[in-house]
Amino acid sequence: MDESILNQLTSDSPPATHPILETRGMSLQFGRQVVLKDISVKISKGETVAIIGESGCGKTMFLKALVGLLNPTAGSVIFDGQDIQQLNDRDMTNLRKRFGFVFQNAALFDSMTISQNIAFPLRQHGVPKGKQAQNLISDRLSEVGLPSNVLTKRPSQLSGGMRKRVGLARALILEPDLLLYDEPTTGLDPIMSDVINELMMRTRKRYPVTSIFVTHDMHSARKVADRVIMLYPYSRLENGESQILFDGPPEQLDNTRDKRVKQFVNGEAGERLMEMLASRSKRHPDTLNLVDPNHNDGTDEE
Amino acid sequence: MATDPFPIMNSTSNRLLKNLHRVMSAWGSVVVQGISTLGDISLFAFQMFAWMFRARPKRETLMPNFYAVGVLSLPVVALTGTFIGMVLAIQSYHQFKNIGLETRLGAVINMSLVRELGPVLAATMLAGRVGSAMAAVLGTMRVTEQIDALVSMGANPIHYLVVPRFLACVLLIPALTVMADFMGIVGGYFYSVIILGIDHAQYLRNSRDFVGGFDLFTGVFKSIFFGATIAIVSCYRGFHCQPGAEGVGRAATAAFVQSFVMILALDIVLNIFLDAVYFAIWPTGAKLF
Repeated sequence: MDESILNQLTSDSPPATHPILETRGMSLQFGRQVVLKDISVKISKGETVAIIGESGCGKTMFLKALVGLLNPTAGSVIFDGQDIQQLNDRDMTNLRKRFGFVFQNAALFDSMTISQNIAFPLRQHGVPKGKQAQNLISDRLSEVGLPSNVLTKRPSQLSGGMRKRVGLARALILEPDLLLYDEPTTGLDPIMSDVINELMMRTRKRYPVTSIFVTHDMHSARKVADRVIMLYPYSRLENGESQILFDGPPEQLDNTRDKRVKQFVNGEAGERLMEMLASRSKRHPDTLNLVDPNHNDGTDEE
Repeated sequence: MATDPFPIMNSTSNRLLKNLHRVMSAWGSVVVQGISTLGDISLFAFQMFAWMFRARPKRETLMPNFYAVGVLSLPVVALTGTFIGMVLAIQSYHQFKNIGLETRLGAVINMSLVRELGPVLAATMLAGRVGSAMAAVLGTMRVTEQIDALVSMGANPIHYLVVPRFLACVLLIPALTVMADFMGIVGGYFYSVIILGIDHAQYLRNSRDFVGGFDLFTGVFKSIFFGATIAIVSCYRGFHCQPGAEGVGRAATAAFVQSFVMILALDIVLNIFLDAVYFAIWPTGAKLF
């Protein structure tokens, strides 16, 4: 193999190439609720991008819209030069061979064994079959550090961490170009969280894959990502502001001046509790005033 | 901002009109919701039919559904059929004996079973046993993102999950109906002849003379529509399940209740249609006595 290609595959830093994935003014809305508004992002081949942001800001929706699980209400998603919304069913099915998706709770099929779960994409796309498929399943399973005796078990017999690793093995079985992880470390103990981080890094080294992961875990974002994008809930933005508050390497997170980014990165509640209580008091004025304990409504003086 | 819809009326009539306005609005929203759901179900059914002819379902998805619908439902359908046949014999015997026609009991029991009770009973058992389970399974798959996982791996969830369930219900409910009919007839015969002592030969002759091929066809024909309704309503409810355990529970309940109501409504429509067909073919009709 050419030395430069070998270096690219084994290097931690991403190769600088053309964008493999791009969103152009992408918006997503459910009824009157705007989740994402005018998001434009370019992701280069081989990059590992962490999408961070508080709960409800639309991170998972963003991830699902990237692979056509949700249709944007405006704008477009371009994967390798193709607008995925313009593709017909057959082309979209073929394109999905190039995507791997690791769901938050793994989303393994309860009715199937682990072996059948991992083999599902192979069966769906008809490549390869028989002994070759069995070898591939065993290889992926050993790559994620699971023993071969789990192959005959059902998902309900595995722990959360094992299920996530099976989810990763299933996502890797077709050696995708784009790998998406939805909160890969959520709900796991610190050691297992770091195991998943290490697996994500090893996957990047082993395959020429572009990775995007949604996370709340700043340790994970700093350790695994080459680039961090922070989204902010649309409903809380000032007029005309972009929903992307931060887009850059993780090292720059500490140098940012935006106090909302700092607040998230440092995990500080700040004035948030007071804001929540104030908005509740505004909606339900008859309820007990918890915002200002010294508040006097005048009834004491009578 | 809400405005007063009737600003110039006096206070009593204004209050009455406001209440009427509120009631009408509530009913209106129920009607709009109902029409919207009906439209959604029709689109869902249309997609399902389109996928049924577009790609052949895989054996691995068909067989488990055929087993769950056909084999596992058989004992309960057979058992309830037997009991219904016996209950019909108990309920009808005294009235028929009073007018000296107890030997015709077989005709009444078998006619009721073959035309009406067999198909409705089999469909009700299927809606309760299989329909609500379908809604619960698909609902759980929806809330645990398993349906999204299917899509992300290039499978169409309607083709993969709905078409096999639909085919299982439509193709196997006629067999379940025939089983309910048969066991009901056996139950009715057992109670009438063995327990009540009605003459065996006369009971059999009357049963044979009054129940024709068209009666059997009527029950089986209706059952196909019932099976289709159960599959479509249950799968739709599962696919549109709300998040959480409560959402899955509601989907399962709604699947059974709505399937059952639709089975009874369809039963009326199909009976009117089949009667029209019958009298078009045999204008003089059939006489029981």
